[in-house]
Amino acid sequence: MLDADSISKPMFVPPEGVQARPWLDRVHEWIVTVDHKKLGLMYITYGILFLVVGGIEATLMRIQLAIPHNHFVSPQTFNQLFTMHGTTMIFFAAMPIVFGFAVYLVPLMIGARDMAFPRLNAWGFWMSALGGIILYFSFVGGGGLYGAGGAPDVGWFAYAPLTSPAFSVGHSTDYWIIGIFVSGFGSIATAVNIITTILCLRCPGMTLNRIPLFAWLSAVMASQVLLAVSPLTAAQVMLMIDRYLGGHFFDTQAGGSAVLWMHFFWIFGHPEVYILVLPAFGILSEVIPVFSRKPIFGYSIMVAATLAIGFISLSVWAHHMFTVGMTSYANAFFVASTAAIAVPTGIKIFNWLGTMWGGKISFKVPMLFSIAAVCQMLIAGLTGIMLSAAPFDWQLGNSYFVVAHFHYVILGVIVFAVFGGIYYWYPKVTGRMLSETLGRWHFWLFLIGFHLTFDFMHVPGVLGMPRRIYTYEAGRGWDVWNLVVSVGVVFQAAAILLWVVNLIVSYYKGEVAGNDPWNAWTLEWSTTSPPPDYNFATIPVVRSRRPLWDLKHPEDPDWKYE
Amino acid sequence: MAASTLTVPQPEIPMSLHLRGRVGMWSMIVAESAIFTIFVVAYLYYSGKSLSGPTPREVLEVPIFISICLFSSSFTIVMGEKAIHRGNIKLFTVWLFATIALGAIFVIGSFREWYRLIYEHGVTISSSLFGTTFYSLVGLHLSHVIVGLTMLSLVLIFSLLGSVKQEHAERIGVLALYWHFVDTVWVVVLSVVYFIAR
Repeated sequence: MLDADSISKPMFVPPEGVQARPWLDRVHEWIVTVDHKKLGLMYITYGILFLVVGGIEATLMRIQLAIPHNHFVSPQTFNQLFTMHGTTMIFFAAMPIVFGFAVYLVPLMIGARDMAFPRLNAWGFWMSALGGIILYFSFVGGGGLYGAGGAPDVGWFAYAPLTSPAFSVGHSTDYWIIGIFVSGFGSIATAVNIITTILCLRCPGMTLNRIPLFAWLSAVMASQVLLAVSPLTAAQVMLMIDRYLGGHFFDTQAGGSAVLWMHFFWIFGHPEVYILVLPAFGILSEVIPVFSRKPIFGYSIMVAATLAIGFISLSVWAHHMFTVGMTSYANAFFVASTAAIAVPTGIKIFNWLGTMWGGKISFKVPMLFSIAAVCQMLIAGLTGIMLSAAPFDWQLGNSYFVVAHFHYVILGVIVFAVFGGIYYWYPKVTGRMLSETLGRWHFWLFLIGFHLTFDFMHVPGVLGMPRRIYTYEAGRGWDVWNLVVSVGVVFQAAAILLWVVNLIVSYYKGEVAGNDPWNAWTLEWSTTSPPPDYNFATIPVVRSRRPLWDLKHPEDPDWKYE
Repeated sequence: MAASTLTVPQPEIPMSLHLRGRVGMWSMIVAESAIFTIFVVAYLYYSGKSLSGPTPREVLEVPIFISICLFSSSFTIVMGEKAIHRGNIKLFTVWLFATIALGAIFVIGSFREWYRLIYEHGVTISSSLFGTTFYSLVGLHLSHVIVGLTMLSLVLIFSLLGSVKQEHAERIGVLALYWHFVDTVWVVVLSVVYFIAR
């Protein structure tokens, strides 16, 4: 079946003494590339860049909120900061990073040489990149003709009628609309590509029942993008018609409806959470088995739970709108569907626990991040269940409790899993290990900072502190909590700094990794680190879910038991 | 490489994978359907909510002729596909030309309707909520027809230059799939705009 010699050696080794190419040549190669590995890396690098930018915006907000009556930034700037922070983190940090993982790993995992449409892949990346540049150009171009503006300040969900020309003069909101519109096309293109790659380019023997769970979760994520990002694109078109052509979609003066924008936005907005979290689940489903030395527990149930999450998540959007006021039937429906989505998510948590149960767990950095992500998923899920109850949501909707809840999902699960994934696959991508010592510092500092910030952020929410206020009075009982929340940011910033240092230093000085440093089982570890341009010299043939286990243990291969 | 003891790999399950052009086009159709759904929902939700006239009942006339033309173009492109599968490029070109002609009639007919609405009834995209939703939904569909016509015309130019061969049948099939989608959407848009939400 798989043969170690035939799949791991590059076919062509450049002879000694060949001059390195000039740097301009190498930059050109990256710009015109259609290789899924280069594009995946560009996606991730681009995402990390915006993660740092969005993180700086968050830090500025936390400095402003650390003490009551602070004058660190103006109210206007504060509005711009939370708008840019939200938009950046969702569209230009999280989306590119999860797409980067999928684009880099899926072809390697299913034994393909590239994505199904390599040029479309490049197009998708550059559209996303362009979207981010357009959004950030608003800082200089947002003033426009009318002199008002700067960065957009309408909030990341940009409720109507605040976005109408009467209330958003100048061009700042236009940059927000067009930035997201453009990157949306990139996302849809990449999603089409991921689905087609998984359905059409699997290597012989790689049935849908055997592809790694990460590939399964990427496929479901990509279908979510098709069904959820497209409505956002449509809604942005309507908003553009309103703003540029004098249309009346969200203009209540002509019979339009501001609530319809909310529906359209959240029809995108809630599946978006699952678009981001499914690849994170995929990373956990790859890391946890390898560091527990056991195959994943309940593969088919995991796939079924993923499909269930994908399906149910399309019908939960209006739980963002309980406070808007809906009929009791609508409330009941969205309460039930939101609560129902906890079931497949819970199944996943139990399956990861089942994988760890009785395993020989090795607490390397990727595993530390994964275990933390699973634990935090539980807490984030529990506050989610609390908020799914409409009466509870009437009390706490739009408060810091909600902010704490969704940051628990996005940071506590997605970012933690992504960190774990980067520690896990960095050796494959660069050929060198990330420093384990720095990695542990990164993990513990980030864990402490995360819990200081987001555990304690629930409290001012329960005490009635609304989100998006730029300052507050002393003596409402919010002061201490806000200070603690802001102090947590220091730890997180230090951790991120250490991580970036680790990424850079290990690239040059890290321990050489070899093909398979973690003794793992999926196909990407069968090729060299970094993989050659064509991934596999000969297309592998697989007979089970763990092709490398079969290769390493010919006496006891998995396929005997399937 | 050559020295390695590679047993000729045989998967124990025979695998037949789909053609990626078709899967890619189907995925795009799913995304496009979601976009159209949002516009259709907006149209239905806003029907009768316009605060200023005229109402659709007063100004809209069912575009029977151009609709028949567009629906027939699905038939002509199927005949074209059959011709190219058999390798009859001449016949394919004729059917392709017929498809483009029928599509063009639809576009011209739509523009004539818009002209009538704008100059006789004063319905524009900014005149009322009805105008906004009508031109957006019908215009979204019309823009898809124009994109499809552009691609079909490119194929026509290539086949007149003699570059289209029998082996391109599969790619023509992918393009035809898009054209069928554009036709199917018209069934929905036609029923919603001219019958249901009148």
